[in-house]
Amino acid sequence: MENGKLITIQNLVKHYPMGKGRFTALKDINLTFEKGEFSGVVGPSGSGKTTLLNIMGSLDVPSEGTVRVLGSEIGTLSHKAAARLRNHNIGFIFQTYNLMPVYNVFENVEFPLLLLKMPVKERRQAVLDALEWVGLSDKVKSRPKQLSGGESQRVSIARAMVKRPHIVLADEPTANLDADNSHHILQTMEKLNRDLKTTFIFATHDDKVIQYLKRKISLADGKVQSDEKSPGNRNPESGHEIQ
Amino acid sequence: MIRFIIKGLIRDRHRSLFPMITVTMGVALTVVAHCWVNGIIGDFIDYNARYATGHAKVVTRAYAENLDQSPNDLALLDVDQWMDTLSHRYPDLDWVARIKFGGILDAPDSLGETRAQGPAFGFGINLLSKNSREIERMGIRDGLIRGRLPQDSGEVLISESFARRLEVSPGDTVTLLGATMYGAMSVHNFRISGTVTFGVKLLDRGALIADIKEIRKALDMENAAGELLGIAKDHHYDDDQMNQIKSDFNRHFSESQDEFSPVMLSLAEQNDLASMLEYIQSMVTIMIFVFVLAMCIVLWNAGLIGGLRRYGEIGVRLAIGENKGHLYRAMILESASIGFFGSILGTIAGLGIAWYLQTYGINIGDLMENATMMMPNTFRAGITPPAYFIGIIPGLIATVLGTSLSGIGIYRRQTASLFKELEA
Repeated sequence: MENGKLITIQNLVKHYPMGKGRFTALKDINLTFEKGEFSGVVGPSGSGKTTLLNIMGSLDVPSEGTVRVLGSEIGTLSHKAAARLRNHNIGFIFQTYNLMPVYNVFENVEFPLLLLKMPVKERRQAVLDALEWVGLSDKVKSRPKQLSGGESQRVSIARAMVKRPHIVLADEPTANLDADNSHHILQTMEKLNRDLKTTFIFATHDDKVIQYLKRKISLADGKVQSDEKSPGNRNPESGHEIQ
Repeated sequence: MIRFIIKGLIRDRHRSLFPMITVTMGVALTVVAHCWVNGIIGDFIDYNARYATGHAKVVTRAYAENLDQSPNDLALLDVDQWMDTLSHRYPDLDWVARIKFGGILDAPDSLGETRAQGPAFGFGINLLSKNSREIERMGIRDGLIRGRLPQDSGEVLISESFARRLEVSPGDTVTLLGATMYGAMSVHNFRISGTVTFGVKLLDRGALIADIKEIRKALDMENAAGELLGIAKDHHYDDDQMNQIKSDFNRHFSESQDEFSPVMLSLAEQNDLASMLEYIQSMVTIMIFVFVLAMCIVLWNAGLIGGLRRYGEIGVRLAIGENKGHLYRAMILESASIGFFGSILGTIAGLGIAWYLQTYGINIGDLMENATMMMPNTFRAGITPPAYFIGIIPGLIATVLGTSLSGIGIYRRQTASLFKELEA
């Protein structure tokens, strides 16, 4: 980590092959994210939000430029090292929850810890803590099909948070939820950000999400149009306003 | 992680039930096929050994060249001496002298005129000696239909269907018209003591069994016999052992220049049995290979369908940080568990079916009316120790190979498109 910066993006360009030519999804992106941010990449469909999230989450690599996440340069990581980075440090929240249907709530949340080979007792406590954070302690044995959309997304948040990652990447987390559930989910995430100092980065074009963001990075046609911070967006550790 | 995998298998029937059924059926078929062919080969060897070839056989060189015709004019002489030699030198085998002969069996009416007659295929065996095991060996006691076993040298047994065709019964007198060892015509009367069914179509068509001493009288074969048969005391044919005995005997007693010199033949050398057994073994190997291949293809496809169904789960596991190798190995472990338990179930099911086929068999006698091979009318499976584990290896190979092939897709999955795929 460089001076509290979890993610440093310099001159990021991402091309995709398209027919005989190529399509440029991201153009000359320069950004940094610090510990404890509650920020979002906003913009219309096709603006490059998900591509940026992919690269920050070590699911994809830059075509040009450098992206450093917790000191690791994404472009140079092997598949195994990228998986290790995700496994230890990054939580993902998806629009469609993506819970594993054959496993109950406890087991879904437990899965990332199994990959970390955490001892049973510790693992059990961590799962119960995570479910308590999201208010689902009474749904431990429920299967995903027995949950509402809001509950499913809260399980998904618990799964992302259970290993206490440095960063949580959430792609349109409220897209399938009604307004009440969306606010509930966002309040839960905001609380986790505040209490656990986890950095949340959203990709969204949902106004309900945007109003919660303390930093709003607008993307259009793969370029950063603006990078606005709401007043009071402070580093929870240092108390300084994030620049 | 193993508990996690097992829970998934137990709860998701699509993940476990169809592959398990496929493996169970494939393994059961493999076990049944193995036992079935094993039983047929075993019976084939056993019937040939008991009725025709022995596990080893001593004949003259000239007789050996025309073995199919049982030429008694080329029979072995000084049989008592040879029997002593063989019994002392090769005590692991029971040695018996037999005369096989052909002729016409004539059934006279009350005036002594021919009422019915038919071609007969006869055995002269040691029927009356107390130490003889020939009655058990040829299944005569169990096969007795009417009458009783011969108690006197002038008595014969004939096959039940032959007796019905000639319309003769126990107590009737029949006349054997044949040829002596020296080529003269032989006419000899016998009294029928009983009728038998051998369970071998070739014999049931027209066999006649008499004591060898009486046959020697009838065919003028004093102290002679067409064949000296050696049968392992444990009834198990060991080709290597027989080849050793054969080589030893032929090295010491057989002279290649003398056509009346004795020569020993092993079971596999007679009636083209070696190539037939080799052929059957090849067929079994091919059959098991085809089963494994078919199972692999089915399970590969099941794996592909499962992969599509679990596309989201695999994607989320990759996104969470499970590396591809770990995920691939977890899938293989899943399939190995299915393969193992499916193989156990398949083996139990296969053994159950094989037991039924071993106990009751399938009678194909009607299909073998004109058979010329020494084969039982009822084919039975034979359960041997390899049957307990022979299905497990193909069961495991098929599942693991099927998943290995379908699981390659995991390595082709682009993590870059996971967000899009998982939100579709």
